[in-house]
Amino acid sequence: MSFFEKVGLGRSRSAKSAKERLQLVLVHDRAGISPGKLEVLKDDLIDVISRHLEIDTEHVEITLTRDRDQQRLVADIPLAPSRLRRRNVR
Amino acid sequence: MTAKIATITSGKGGVGKTTATANLGAALASHGLRVVCIDADIGLRNLDVVMGLENRIVYDFVDVVEGRCKLRQAMIRDKRLENLFLIPAAQTRDKTAVSPQDMIRLGEELRPEFDWVLIDSPAGIERGFRNAIAPADLVLIITNPEVSAVRDADRIIGLIEAEEKGPGRLILNRVKPEMVRRGDMLGVEDILDVLAIELIGIVPEDERVTVATNQGVPIALDPGSKAGQAFQNIARRLLGDDVPFESLESRDGFFGRISRLMRAGGEA
Repeated sequence: MSFFEKVGLGRSRSAKSAKERLQLVLVHDRAGISPGKLEVLKDDLIDVISRHLEIDTEHVEITLTRDRDQQRLVADIPLAPSRLRRRNVR
Repeated sequence: MTAKIATITSGKGGVGKTTATANLGAALASHGLRVVCIDADIGLRNLDVVMGLENRIVYDFVDVVEGRCKLRQAMIRDKRLENLFLIPAAQTRDKTAVSPQDMIRLGEELRPEFDWVLIDSPAGIERGFRNAIAPADLVLIITNPEVSAVRDADRIIGLIEAEEKGPGRLILNRVKPEMVRRGDMLGVEDILDVLAIELIGIVPEDERVTVATNQGVPIALDPGSKAGQAFQNIARRLLGDDVPFESLESRDGFFGRISRLMRAGGEA
């Protein structure tokens, strides 16, 4: 990153948004799954897990991440608050 | 002589594959090396006009593959550089006229006669691309600082690795330093960050490229052209010279001037 980029001098936003959009689209391209298909996968995952656990379906998050040489599908699946309470009581 | 075979490819069309092939060919030949450029874009022949050799074509590369002429008959000698040659593409056929095995055979036939074989790949990721990379020892991926071109370059990088032709090296073409400085064009670091590939050259946008192409002369032989000099530098890096990368992004600014002053002793 150049000096100017670091301090953000004279920097409008379009190159930055180009980079962000590229990074996002490449994560999906490289994994071979479009954002739409990832949503379908998320719904399937919610169905399967819900058969075994009560989960907070509103706050499930499925994301593709990548560092240099490893791609990862990260699922953040919060349990339903009610279930958590019941367990603590027992 | 045992030639190195380098393929220039991009995925996306119009990013500068043919211009790069013609100019790297001229730059390498200007070092006294024997170079042949092959136009692998069968059906959309163009390297001949960029090199200014379109009037001399008798046979093409499909004629060689199909045995209608000898390899030597299809090689056209450059007008300026006597050790630079072109093997033109066929204009009336399509990519299926040639197979990857044909390309490998052609490469092996040329290897003993030359120092460098440069292959101008067609756009796309289909048969023509696969033909073009089949004989390559080295793949140069060329892209522009635009979302669509970089995305396609990433796809190509993946395919090249899958074919075990990787890792490949990147030419970033048509950079407008002023726009990068304003933050309205992806810079070199941005693109390297996204693609995670080794850089071999940065070529600035240069109107003289259009003028040179109009006339069918290589810009690499014009010492006054920044793009021409960038192609010369890529050729030197291909030959193993340690040539520092041009700091285009701040060339006209205060920091650009300072860094040029500091380098002046070593490089000028």
